[in-house]
Amino acid sequence: MTYKIVASQCTSCSACEAECPNVAITEKGGTFVINPKKCTECIGYFDIPQCVAVCPVDNTCVIDNALPRYQGNAA
Amino acid sequence: MEEAYQNIEHDAGEPDALDDLMQKIAEHKGCETTGSSGKSSCGTGAGANDLAPEIWEKVKNHPCYSEEAHHHYARMHVAVAPACNIQCNYCNRKYDCANESRPGVVSEKLTPEQAAKKVLAVASTIPQMTVLGVAGPGDPLANPEKTFKTFELISRTAPDIKLCLSTNGLALPDHVDTIAKFNVDHVTITINMVDPEIGAKIYPWIFWKHKRITGYEAAKILTDRQLQGLEMLTERGILCKVNSVMIPGVNDKHLVEVNRAVKSRGAFLHNIMPLISAPEHGTVFGLTGQRGPSAQELKALQDSCEGEMNMMRHCRQCRADAVGLLGEDRSAEFTTDKIMEMEVNYDLESRKAYQNKVEEERIAKVEAKNAELETLAGASSDIEILIAVATKGSGRVNEHFGHAKEFQIYELSTKGAKFVGHRRVDLYCQGGYGEEDALETVIRAINDCAAVFVAKIGGCPKDSLRAAGIDPVDQYAFEFIEQSAIAYFKDYLAKVNSGEVAHVVRGDADIRQGAFVPV
Repeated sequence: MTYKIVASQCTSCSACEAECPNVAITEKGGTFVINPKKCTECIGYFDIPQCVAVCPVDNTCVIDNALPRYQGNAA
Repeated sequence: MEEAYQNIEHDAGEPDALDDLMQKIAEHKGCETTGSSGKSSCGTGAGANDLAPEIWEKVKNHPCYSEEAHHHYARMHVAVAPACNIQCNYCNRKYDCANESRPGVVSEKLTPEQAAKKVLAVASTIPQMTVLGVAGPGDPLANPEKTFKTFELISRTAPDIKLCLSTNGLALPDHVDTIAKFNVDHVTITINMVDPEIGAKIYPWIFWKHKRITGYEAAKILTDRQLQGLEMLTERGILCKVNSVMIPGVNDKHLVEVNRAVKSRGAFLHNIMPLISAPEHGTVFGLTGQRGPSAQELKALQDSCEGEMNMMRHCRQCRADAVGLLGEDRSAEFTTDKIMEMEVNYDLESRKAYQNKVEEERIAKVEAKNAELETLAGASSDIEILIAVATKGSGRVNEHFGHAKEFQIYELSTKGAKFVGHRRVDLYCQGGYGEEDALETVIRAINDCAAVFVAKIGGCPKDSLRAAGIDPVDQYAFEFIEQSAIAYFKDYLAKVNSGEVAHVVRGDADIRQGAFVPV
């Protein structure tokens, strides 16, 4: 799984973009999106996903259950 | 004391209770309430003679640092800093009503390049625009690259414009050197507490060193960083204003302590603002029903802190993309689409020429006030009254009663006329006020005033105002405000002394909240 941003909740404040250790977050169509190929759930970098921690709106950066779980760099 | 304060009704006019309360606060905190109108260098009304020359030079054209300047000079905010590093219970980043006028709200965010273009466009159109601020809508120092890039571009193309920024202070100590490097000589820090126990009720979390931190620990880090940043700035001679949001029952009494803490660290000016809180804002405080202060509660707290340091009372709690004189917002004239089409001709010389005219007017205004004040010399009376003034700026009574979106409030005594605040009277697009009579709205907002000065007023509202005990005064149309106010007060005293008029203590008034109705 990786994280995704709920577009209807996103205020487009850009706080997550600068915090992402994987540079996985970019602005697209007025809100921000996470590139699932780059997202590592911050494993290996931080104890908690940075986008979740910095986002001003609760339940906006959430696990994307539609995608397989992040397997680490070896995967 | 604690109960006494909390028991004051929001809309009740209880001057005795208020006085009593403020005296108790003052005794407790060791500052004077008796100086409410006396301190010669008081308020942002401080003028050339009250301040050190180097400080006066810095603030004289800055509408947010000088009450006197705010009648004449305009500011603009550019919304280049959307990200924030803390969460406040009075803020909701999802709120986006286009008519809303309060911090944190913008219609569109800008890149630094767009911001620089916008500043030039505005400065060419509004020659009295002297100040450019980055105030969010998030925290400028949580977006340091964008904020400083903006400053860099503007200092290159419009070197006469003063740069300032407004921050929550969490990241401030890390950026003080950069702030100094870009000649940003006005910084505002929002400090709502110096006690983390109280802070925990205002800030649900901060984002700090890659972690979300909550509760006491979060507030402790925040207050330490704020005060450290303040000290670092004042050591470098950068002027600091402190903004505090007055939240009744949470930090209202505590703000006297905040006032002392920031004064002792060299803050130049303290701006205590009323909490803006309505359920439709969707903020934590809005949803929990946390009320804001009444007009007299706010004034009493500002008065009680004034013995300690300069107080700002002309703050309009403007948007992070506001443009124009305080109290007006011309941001709709300068949307990104419009500025990109504008032919910009930045003419430093014509701006200077215009500003010189403004200076002449200012000097005339001060001279008129001083001449009028001399005629009051020797008069002795304990009477103090508030008056409301309809003005479009320039320090004159020059707005029609029915057109006024706000009134400026002056306190009159034998010491003269002192600006003590302003009241919004515009209508609102939501919030339960929409259907009431517009006149009732005005009366509620200036109910603590004995008179209202206007350039013109119709017969009907005149009668209603009189019935409410407010004297409608149009005899000073287009005259200077302070000179007229002192003249009026002289007449008032004479009438009271002769028994023609009975001096009555007025009640309290409402501070109105909510979004502007588009005109």
